[in-house]
Amino acid sequence: MHHSPSGLSLPGPSRRTLLRGIGGAAALSAAVPLLSACAGSSGSGGDSKTVSLGSNASDAVPKKAFADIYAAFQKKDGIKVAVNTKDHNTFQEQINSYLQGTPDDVFTWFAGYRMQFFAAKGLASPIDDVWQTIGGNFPDAMKQLSKGEDGKYYFVPLYTYPWAIFYRKSVFAQHGYKVPTTWDELVALCKQMKKDGLVPIAFGDKDAWPAMGTFDQINFRLNGYDFHKSLMAGKESWTDAKVKAVFDHWAELLPYHQDGAVGRTWQDAAQTLVSKKAGMYLLGSFVAQQFTNQADVEDLDFFAFPEINSAFGQDTVEAPTDGFMLSKSPKNHAGAVKLLEYLGTPDAEAIYLKSDPSVVAASSKADTSTYTALQKKAYTMISGAKNLTQFMDRDSRPDFTSTVMQPALQNFVRNPKGVDSILSSIERQKKTIFASS
Amino acid sequence: MSIETGIQNPEAAAVPPPGGAPAQKKKRAPQGHNRLLTRRDRVTLGLMAGVPTILHVALVWVTALASVALAFTTWDGIGFDSIKWVGLQNFKQLFTDNPQFWPAVEHNIVWFVVLILIPTPFGLFLAVQLDKKIRFTRIYQTAFFLPVVVSLAVTGFVWQLVYNPDTGLINSLIGANKPGHYIDWIGNPHLNLWAVLVAASWRHTGYMMILYLAGLKGVDPSLREASALDGANEWQTFKNVIFPTLRPTNTVVLVVTIIEALRAFDLVFVFNKGAQGTELLSILITNNIIGESSRIGYGSAIAVVLLVISLAVIIPYLIATFRKERRA
Repeated sequence: MHHSPSGLSLPGPSRRTLLRGIGGAAALSAAVPLLSACAGSSGSGGDSKTVSLGSNASDAVPKKAFADIYAAFQKKDGIKVAVNTKDHNTFQEQINSYLQGTPDDVFTWFAGYRMQFFAAKGLASPIDDVWQTIGGNFPDAMKQLSKGEDGKYYFVPLYTYPWAIFYRKSVFAQHGYKVPTTWDELVALCKQMKKDGLVPIAFGDKDAWPAMGTFDQINFRLNGYDFHKSLMAGKESWTDAKVKAVFDHWAELLPYHQDGAVGRTWQDAAQTLVSKKAGMYLLGSFVAQQFTNQADVEDLDFFAFPEINSAFGQDTVEAPTDGFMLSKSPKNHAGAVKLLEYLGTPDAEAIYLKSDPSVVAASSKADTSTYTALQKKAYTMISGAKNLTQFMDRDSRPDFTSTVMQPALQNFVRNPKGVDSILSSIERQKKTIFASS
Repeated sequence: MSIETGIQNPEAAAVPPPGGAPAQKKKRAPQGHNRLLTRRDRVTLGLMAGVPTILHVALVWVTALASVALAFTTWDGIGFDSIKWVGLQNFKQLFTDNPQFWPAVEHNIVWFVVLILIPTPFGLFLAVQLDKKIRFTRIYQTAFFLPVVVSLAVTGFVWQLVYNPDTGLINSLIGANKPGHYIDWIGNPHLNLWAVLVAASWRHTGYMMILYLAGLKGVDPSLREASALDGANEWQTFKNVIFPTLRPTNTVVLVVTIIEALRAFDLVFVFNKGAQGTELLSILITNNIIGESSRIGYGSAIAVVLLVISLAVIIPYLIATFRKERRA
């Protein structure tokens, strides 16, 4: 290429592929599976002894845990589960065209708006028949989470994990800190930690989603679950004084967060908690994955985000829930229903948790005797919650959260003084996005 | 015609001569080159020209026009019946409401200006030095060209390790990773674009060096000799003799650099996904179109803006090139 007098030959085409690849091919990528769906929807083939399952569990630990469940199911019911595993992020990015094409009978997905969105689009089958069998295994909050907007069930939850403030028992013991239960106590604790040379709150928002967790906590503590849900559904204004108050509280806490959060991943932020340089960290319980030393894991503890408004106390817990859905026209409907019924049993949950102890069972009947102290606490917290939320990007339109909220919150974290213009910008963009469908 | 004969030879060897009789073949031969093509040759050629044409039209033109059309709609990518015509609303929203759009345009321009002002002259400088056949010239060439060989995604990953504010090379060396005096190379919007541009320049220098080196190899040595005889020193020779002969190379360099600036994507995407301070048009397009619930219409509108900018640059270049060819 370098010898050719027109050095254009190389960059030319790749420039074009970039533009059209991104701009144009989107139409094609969405259209092609659509066409193939027309041809393949006649329920061709598919033997009754196999159920196909599309999985986003590409990491080693969950992959093996799921495989163990399917093996146990085959032993019990004689139906084989043909698993089609895709890389976790790729699975999410392609879910749109995947569900419109020829999806597997059953697929892994998330509870909340994310599930309801595809249910409302007719890309999933209702599974009320499954819930007649498994209904008794789940608490009410989980039942609510598994329903679509039309009141029918679309989802079988498998496991869940809480968001909370994590800390190390040894650090709290060393300095004589007490777990804060109110906002003022939290602020006072932050001040004290700063004086003691600690980073009060570890924070990394390079991936742009962790800041959403902080917003969620302050919002439902301050304004309550109902306001939070309706704000997420686009029914409230972001320029409302209630929302402004959330950011005012956040701004009060920001000086106690770790410097330079926008340039740090959550994993790096977790390391400051591991190394005892940070006093607290607001994150999901998966933060435990960063603790590789067993003694450190046992030193890890957490508390619910403190109360801000006594009208709501600590009644809401953010607990993202993962599970399964049934695709729109499964080839082996009867087998898929059997599989979903099995996935809703305490047995299936127990098998999963044996290999992946960083989460807790969604079922209220699951055996908790083998739980670690952290799991037991998480389970108590979730089962005692009056309301469960998922997470901002699971409770609201993903196009809104990823293209508007993520950059807006990064902007706020970096420059909390500009909050008014950030909020009016969010509101303007929200209106067009929520009006579009 | 070299392509045609290249295809024909193996074919001709494999297929028995049509008609069979040697006498007939003798008669045919003088009638012209075309008649040598058997039916099968023509089908082969037809397929070889036709298949790429169909692919090109389908994958380049149809999709490009489709994305232009989609720019005037909203569509979440689920079923064709959810496509809604909204006229210019996407563009209106883009130009007025999107807080990332104008920074993205600005950053694409900054990207171009920096590439043309820093790594390009530096690449030329290196090329001139290496062209003097100094010792170990091949080793230097390889060293400077190495970043071009490595994928930009990998480049982004490597530089991320250098810039990581907590554990990265720079902050660890100068101790800027403690509270109080903390330099956030990746998150600070006044720093991160420049940090990424250093990485982009690091790569672009090698690219420019090779282009200029190729250009310099084409300079007639007698020109140098003549200017040496006239008593010109090295700088005068370069300024008045060598550089003017590099004109065609300069055009290529300019176009390549514009293209590099417009398609800037992978490095930044790996570095910090186009967060505060490093927004780019290409990244906005990706963020809006790829994902579980996409804004395909809106993303297409951004793609159309990028397409218009690209055409505004490429069309004058093509016109100039064709005009030159016609004159020749």
